[in-house]
Amino acid sequence: MKSLAELQQLRDQISQQVVLRKDREDGIRVVVGMATCGIAAGARPVMSAFLNEVSKRKLSDVTVTQTGCIGMCRLEPIVEIYMPGEEKVTYVKMNEEKVARIVAEHIINKKPVAEYTVGAVQE
Amino acid sequence: MKELSLHILDIVQNSVKAKADKIDIIINENIKDNLLEITISDNGCGMSEDFLKTVKDPFSTTRTTRKVGMGISLFEAAAIQSGGHLDIKSKLGQGTTLYVCFMHNSIDRAPIGNMIDTMITIILSAPEIQYVYKHCKNEKEFVFDTDVIKQSLGDIPITTPEILEWIKGYMQEGLASL
Repeated sequence: MKSLAELQQLRDQISQQVVLRKDREDGIRVVVGMATCGIAAGARPVMSAFLNEVSKRKLSDVTVTQTGCIGMCRLEPIVEIYMPGEEKVTYVKMNEEKVARIVAEHIINKKPVAEYTVGAVQE
Repeated sequence: MKELSLHILDIVQNSVKAKADKIDIIINENIKDNLLEITISDNGCGMSEDFLKTVKDPFSTTRTTRKVGMGISLFEAAAIQSGGHLDIKSKLGQGTTLYVCFMHNSIDRAPIGNMIDTMITIILSAPEIQYVYKHCKNEKEFVFDTDVIKQSLGDIPITTPEILEWIKGYMQEGLASL
């Protein structure tokens, strides 16, 4: 059974790590639309998938956050990715499979997945 | 919405926008009386009587970008289709309480769904808020209070990935024991 004592142990382990995670200015931000439209379209599992990838791959400079309705409800779930020094990339009609590819190709290898972006869908 | 936990996620965002610093979520599965009750209460800014009268209407919203707001109307529809109803009480400056009930065994009642992911999502959306989630079933209860967790954490943020993983496991065990 998990106890608060176990949580305190975990806290001590984390605080001993040299690099503490911070919401750094120069970090990568993943922003998931989490309004009624996004939630109904499946934004929650998309966000969970990003969190899982970030924790599995130990990507300490990536922050996953949320926003409200972006105004393109028919394209939800929508995810915006902000990389330092780059223009924002907006991915639409997201799902868990797309998350894995975006993390590998865009966040790690810095090459946006063009076919999932809003530009590709609206052409 | 396919799960009641998604409605809860949606409605809690209203409390966050109302600048609450404490949000209580209570799920009560009263199987003996065939009743499922969900209560979400906050100490946010509350609503005026006039706004409260129109709040269940999908064409009522505080949003300025457009004229529709579906969250409460969708939750109410989910309740009504399974023999229940939705009530909102609110006082300006004191907070809002939303109560929804369902017939527990109604075939049209959506499953409660993944409350763990809902809690993780709302913690991430506003980590500074105190969330208390109480789930009662068969005369047993599980209580999860982010302030208790934060006390054990000291200055480590509750949004640290390792901590969120631990919270998931903790809630899994707690909910499984009901």
